[in-house]
Amino acid sequence: MADSIYAPGIAVSTAAAALPARHSALVRVTHWINALSFVGLLVSGIGILLAHPRFYWGETGGVGTPSLFDLPLPFMLGGPSGWGRYLHFQSAWLCVLNGMLYAASGIASHHFPRDLAPGRDLTWPCLRDSLASHLRFARPAAEQAWSYNILQRLTYLAVIFLLFPLIIWTGLAMSPAVTSVFPGLVTTLGGHQCARTLHFFAAIVSLLFVAVHIAMVWRAGFRKRVGAMITGRVPEEGL
Amino acid sequence: MSRSLSRRTLITAGLTTAGSAAGVAAAAKLAARYGLIPPDWNGIYGPGETLTYAAQRILTSGHSMAREFTRGEISKVAQVSGDPPKRDIYRHLSATGFNNWRLSIDGLVARPASFSLADLRKLAPRSQITEHTCEEGWSFVAEWTGVPLSELMSLVGILPQARYVAFFPFDESWDSLDLADVWHPQTLIAYAMNGQPLPAEHGAPARLKVPRQLGYKSVKYLTRITVTDTLKDIGSGRGSSSPDYGYSWYAGI
Repeated sequence: MADSIYAPGIAVSTAAAALPARHSALVRVTHWINALSFVGLLVSGIGILLAHPRFYWGETGGVGTPSLFDLPLPFMLGGPSGWGRYLHFQSAWLCVLNGMLYAASGIASHHFPRDLAPGRDLTWPCLRDSLASHLRFARPAAEQAWSYNILQRLTYLAVIFLLFPLIIWTGLAMSPAVTSVFPGLVTTLGGHQCARTLHFFAAIVSLLFVAVHIAMVWRAGFRKRVGAMITGRVPEEGL
Repeated sequence: MSRSLSRRTLITAGLTTAGSAAGVAAAAKLAARYGLIPPDWNGIYGPGETLTYAAQRILTSGHSMAREFTRGEISKVAQVSGDPPKRDIYRHLSATGFNNWRLSIDGLVARPASFSLADLRKLAPRSQITEHTCEEGWSFVAEWTGVPLSELMSLVGILPQARYVAFFPFDESWDSLDLADVWHPQTLIAYAMNGQPLPAEHGAPARLKVPRQLGYKSVKYLTRITVTDTLKDIGSGRGSSSPDYGYSWYAGI
């Protein structure tokens, strides 16, 4: 091991060869495709929103009817938003097909029970400690680079199995063609404008998730963690 | 070892690429045969647009009906999009109560014809209370009364080679529908809204109503309808003037 002091590059490469990948190739590829589709959905979503930055509750709503809340923006800022819809649906297809690939492989490879299902630390004291250390913005210990903590696991599961389906559901509920086949998609939400407003809230939650996710990656060591999501390898501590 | 591995990787990658390309080509051919390729399939947003159109055409192939509402759910305020046409001919027709207005139907039909408002009102009407959803996000519910487009198509005798029907208003825009929406029972040539003659801002004297698509597909201020087997020769060849302004041809969303 003395060699590693004098030739750290060699030590890293032998260590990396011996260690299993932190993230499987499929998780890495689908992660970055998902990131790309998220950017597309966010940019185009903002483009669509700028056309009519008001929200309503119920079935209908428009200029001249009471709104639920107004964003402090004028109508049609940014001009016609047709490009936004083209890009939104292109990105949504990428996101959904990629998500289906991730979910199918996650089930087949036991990724969900192995890496994301909460273990014995699913207790109130553990949750409290984890939350406290997150709120202190504490730098995670080196061994944490090899697994997800309890708060992370619960958040990822909620995003994958609750937020993601909710965004798709509220999005499809705004489609007159889709609701002609499945009217329950929109009637259970309380109407077309409810679906639109809920879709906006779900988008805000997903944006918050991504913001916290990036902040946590930054705190844990941006280059190492992003490197692990690209190459699958965790560099040795201190290098 | 590494050499044979890289060769295997190369062969696998090559076969996968060739297989995927062949798969996509076969899927495209099949999709074209069943009318699942939209006229604005090309361009950078073509793949997403084609997937949406094909998926929704398969999903709605059982002639699903857009949601209908009760009279009590009719919106008191109906937001308006755009101004009536400024052409002299439209202003003149409007000033004379559209008495001299005609809706002409030509193209791939056995009996080209034109209809006055009185002619349209003589045909068996259909009323429906549906939601008009704008791509911007607003929406309203209204009752629309008119002649089912399928009724007019039967009267003029649409020919077997027809694939699309194009609609022209009194301004520069235009749009078209595939046969699935042309024959759909809720697709109307509407001349009344909430029991009154169609107001100018909502498309007087007659407009298209396609409740399974967003509002902008329901062309206002109609003057001419053409039945065709191809959209390549009309406008920029993408099925509608909407793609020229960045909007998709299919708007089932």
